[in-house]
Amino acid sequence: MDKTINQKAWFLVLPVFLVVAFSAILPLMTVVNYSMQDTFGNNQFFWNGVGWFKELLDPSTDLGERFLASLWRNLFFSTVILAIEVPLGIVVALSMPREGWQVAVCLVIMALPLLIPWNVVGTIWQIFGRPDIGLLGYTLNSLGINYNYVSNEFDAWATVIVMDVWHWTSLVALLCYAGLKSIPDAYYQAAQIDGASRWAVFTAIQLPKMNRVLLIAVLLRFMDSFMIYTEPFVVTGGGPGNSTTFVSIELVKIALGQFDLGKAAALSLVYNLIIIIVCWIFYTVMTNAGGERQPDKGAA
Amino acid sequence: MARIDLVDLAHSYNGNSADPESFALKPVTMTWRQGGAYALLGPSGCGKTTLLNLISGIVTPSRGQILFDGVDITPLSTQKRNIAQVFQFPVIYDTMTVGQNLAFPLKNRGVPRPEIDARVADIARLLDLTPYLNRKATRLTADAKQKISLGRGLVRSDVAAVLFDEPLTVIDPELKWQLRSKLKALHRDLDLTMIYVTHDQTEALTFADTVVVMHDGRVVQSGTPAELFDKPEHTFVGYFIGSPGMNIVPAEVRGREARVSGHVIGLNRAYDNLPAGAKIEVGVRPEFVDVAPPAPGLLSANIERIDDLGRVRFARVRIGDAKFAARVPPGFSVRGDVAGLIFDPSHVHIYADSRLVEGSA
Repeated sequence: MDKTINQKAWFLVLPVFLVVAFSAILPLMTVVNYSMQDTFGNNQFFWNGVGWFKELLDPSTDLGERFLASLWRNLFFSTVILAIEVPLGIVVALSMPREGWQVAVCLVIMALPLLIPWNVVGTIWQIFGRPDIGLLGYTLNSLGINYNYVSNEFDAWATVIVMDVWHWTSLVALLCYAGLKSIPDAYYQAAQIDGASRWAVFTAIQLPKMNRVLLIAVLLRFMDSFMIYTEPFVVTGGGPGNSTTFVSIELVKIALGQFDLGKAAALSLVYNLIIIIVCWIFYTVMTNAGGERQPDKGAA
Repeated sequence: MARIDLVDLAHSYNGNSADPESFALKPVTMTWRQGGAYALLGPSGCGKTTLLNLISGIVTPSRGQILFDGVDITPLSTQKRNIAQVFQFPVIYDTMTVGQNLAFPLKNRGVPRPEIDARVADIARLLDLTPYLNRKATRLTADAKQKISLGRGLVRSDVAAVLFDEPLTVIDPELKWQLRSKLKALHRDLDLTMIYVTHDQTEALTFADTVVVMHDGRVVQSGTPAELFDKPEHTFVGYFIGSPGMNIVPAEVRGREARVSGHVIGLNRAYDNLPAGAKIEVGVRPEFVDVAPPAPGLLSANIERIDDLGRVRFARVRIGDAKFAARVPPGFSVRGDVAGLIFDPSHVHIYADSRLVEGSA
């Protein structure tokens, strides 16, 4: 067999390669470079080897303590919002109309929060929650509930979580709704004939048919909440104290607040690695879940 | 187990509209005996699935009643009607094993565990599903899934009728025969009333004792396969059943003669009082028209082409403007493009406005 050799293909790949190099590879390599060095300004750099990484993973150092604290905070945040948004999204999707003009109305209303830019969402909630002029803050305080997200840790957390739920539950709901819509009517009719209760219909038909989209929803929401920056930064600025300082906020504090480029670079590499690993795990789980199943001939 | 009576049953999907012509199912009254195998046959949109869904209770009729063994069950919900239904696409509960799928209807009805196990084992044996009982149902083939759908209906000991809505659509051709024979065998063993919806005449004719042919929301004929073949009561039945379908051509009929484009076809019976102004057609199945060498006294026709179907050949011929299909007798070789046609007069029928007219002897 003669192989056709055609080197022209390289010219087609080259532009993409250049774009990726300048947009991703070179910046990333710069970060790798920084993570191995220390600087005291004046554009002078000193070799530090894996020193920053050691410090980062050692809770007894200042850097390590701050990183691990923000990491746990972030994981806790992601867990809480997933625990709220996924079930809530399913409930919303189940209660949405299946046909008629109401569908369009619901879809538009659901999509609205998704269209608002992050920092606008932050600003909305920052004002909404203010005890002096915000509708929410003022109302709560007039009801005798001492609510102040600036000074009270619990209030700050509650505000950030409710804000995220408000912003992103509709994404989960829309995904679930799409999953529900793809279930043929025959399933419901068969369940009716089989005498299934509402709960049995949910566990035997709706939930299994939604599991693919639910996995996607969990992945998207986990990644997004794990990388969250803008909204909590606008509302609480990471406070009170460090109570709502998530990993990305900590990263910006170190990089731009203290101008510790080496520490920040090391932190961002580890942060990046965690995200890639989690993505990979999700991806593997998802493709395996799909591979188990035989392609359903025509049933979709 | 039940006899099913449909009393003036009709349904319209756009509310209870006043215009009966827009009904998806026009008023029908008929009785299906207990233990019978019935097929509802007709093209898409003829109302056969509507009729099935009315019986199963998925759709509530706009008009009329359904009686099971004389009891009016029209207002009852699907699950109270004790019917089983197998859908076009297999319905399987994904997360469950085959056994759990079969047990599902019994579990929902609060049947005690040992009884469930016994019934599931029985049904699995009946449907040859025993080896798969502990397998996940999603991984099985389409025909096994359809058997599970059917099994979920049969596990209930009180099932009144089994309804099939084109159950073989997604089954591979070579398995269709197997599954259909299985259904036949089950029907014999279990003495259940079975109602089978299909647009495939072979499926209907091989499955059912009685075939109900539907067209445009109406039942046009209900009878045994032989009756439908020999004496179609409506031109649609003649055309829809049989391959190729019945020859139906406009004709002038007077007494014992039918004239097609000026050519005379002799009739067995006299038709003296045909309704005036009606569209008169003559219908004869290709199987009862033989091609012969042209001869005086025979109707002569132009041969357009010969379709060789293997075991039988049909000639496509033309008498004036009327197109005909006619059987080419075995061993007969066609020469030239003109042939004589021999009609079997006892199988030539006359239709007025598409309805069969009985002649007098």
